[in-house]
Amino acid sequence: MKLEARGLSIGYGRRLVGRDLDLEVAPGQIVCLLGPNGCGKTTLFRTLLGLIPALGGEALLGGAPLRRLARAEIARRISYVPQAHAPPFPYEALEIVMMGRTARLGRFAQPGPGDRTAACAEMERLGIADLAHRDYSRLSGGQRQLVLIARALAQQAPLIVMDEPTASLDFGNQSLVLGEIGKLAHAASRDGQGVILSTHNPDHAFALGAEVVLMHDGAIHRRGRPEAALTAASLSEVYGVPVMVERTPSGRHVCLPGPGA
Amino acid sequence: MSRGLPLPRLTLGLALVAALVALSLAALTIGPFPLSVPEALAALFGAGEPQSQLVVQNIRLPRVVAALLVGAALAAAGASYQTLFRNPLVSPDILGVSAGAGLGAVIGIFLSLPVAFIQLFAFAGGMAAVLLVMLVASAVRNTDHVLALVLTGVVIGALAGAATSLLKVLADPYDQLPAITFWLLGSLASTTTTDILPALPAVALGLVPLFLLRWRINVLALGDDEARALGVEAGRIRFTVIAAATLVTASVTAVAGVVGWVGLVIPHIGRMLVGPSFARLLPVSAALGAGYLLVVDTLARTIGEVEVPLGILTAVIGAPFFVWLLARGRRGWS
Repeated sequence: MKLEARGLSIGYGRRLVGRDLDLEVAPGQIVCLLGPNGCGKTTLFRTLLGLIPALGGEALLGGAPLRRLARAEIARRISYVPQAHAPPFPYEALEIVMMGRTARLGRFAQPGPGDRTAACAEMERLGIADLAHRDYSRLSGGQRQLVLIARALAQQAPLIVMDEPTASLDFGNQSLVLGEIGKLAHAASRDGQGVILSTHNPDHAFALGAEVVLMHDGAIHRRGRPEAALTAASLSEVYGVPVMVERTPSGRHVCLPGPGA
Repeated sequence: MSRGLPLPRLTLGLALVAALVALSLAALTIGPFPLSVPEALAALFGAGEPQSQLVVQNIRLPRVVAALLVGAALAAAGASYQTLFRNPLVSPDILGVSAGAGLGAVIGIFLSLPVAFIQLFAFAGGMAAVLLVMLVASAVRNTDHVLALVLTGVVIGALAGAATSLLKVLADPYDQLPAITFWLLGSLASTTTTDILPALPAVALGLVPLFLLRWRINVLALGDDEARALGVEAGRIRFTVIAAATLVTASVTAVAGVVGWVGLVIPHIGRMLVGPSFARLLPVSAALGAGYLLVVDTLARTIGEVEVPLGILTAVIGAPFFVWLLARGRRGWS
């Protein structure tokens, strides 16, 4: 299952946020979307999920135009991990994960034992089985994010979209969630699942070894391997502050505010 | 650690049903013509003294059934709306159904129409108000749809309230005005079997889709974007829930008048007992609402020389309870 954007224009109503975007998430691929606030990352994701209509061009899912697909058909093909949030009512974490099974249920059906098993298995896989009966709204940000990732996994879709899964998390939780995403993305990649995620931290793209798409002002500025796309020059231009990219003695890349910043 | 009482589901269900049966039986015995439980039971099944039979079958039974029906309907509609609008402060009248029903009934009383027409007007007024809200809200394109619905509900409710006030000013102060005031506070004092019969199927018709869609309504509590990403046609489900809850609320408002607070407070008690999951919250809220209104209505007809309007009692009981909920100050309102 391939997710494609062809000459896609995105935005809300008459307000254009980005135009002529070409993008592809192929099976087994991990794509990392980077760019400053307001560059159109979330708008692009909402368009690719069919939550808002494209203003031009086309979004294709497995070759079929997204706008022709019913919500349940899209949900069986793409799962979505939003930023950690709290619903107004104290659902159990397991209930939140089971909601990932909705697209596989009949309109009037309830999730059954099979769905429960699937949900528990995904929580197990992320090491959060002990949270199953805890109140989701009282979990830490990192735990909630993992619950939402488990929900996306329970959806068993060939594509996963994650919108800034590490934003609004503290340092420890960022590492925790990023570590899980790394394991998951590589497992997904082996199974032929495609993953596209956005992040504010260019280090994450290096850490994940993901294919990079660097957005700027509603257009794609650079793309490719992190080492090629995320250079001091491109990052400085996009983020508007001097940025240095350094290699640590252990061989990892880190991005730092440059001299003069 | 997240749930309130760790009662098994079956035990809780049986306990609620047993409590409802016991309360109903008690309500049949209580009144100016007191009966023992065996006497009430005998009268209910057509045995015993003719006078007891008359009291039980013609006066008390319709009231008991009406109280159960009205309470269950309002609490179920309230639970649905709180989940749908993701807000624990929402009551079934948020989209103007009570204001519309009130205006309809007041028009009927103002025109000195027979009771059946007053009820019909109330039902039609409630349905029309919500239909108008939905039409106006869908015409407002540049804001969040749920926000547009709620704000339009407030506007239409205020307009209907203004029209109701105008009719109260114009109404005959000796005959019509007391009837209007009494109706707007809600009462089952004059409820007969013929009042309940049309409301029963309407309430049942409204509760069926709420029950069938219970899992999807649950998912909608995560918000539109997430629900849609999980495969739920959010707009269509919301429309169905609003239509069903409005049908239910308008039907019982036509019978009982405007009874506030039940749909707001009862779902909170439901969440304390079984948590927020809608599949459990809906039936538990309906059962609690039925029992609660039966108790309140029995109080209404026994505590004073004259009947106390239901709306006054539900407010007197509901308001302090709500303050207590606020004071507990827990996020999530469980």
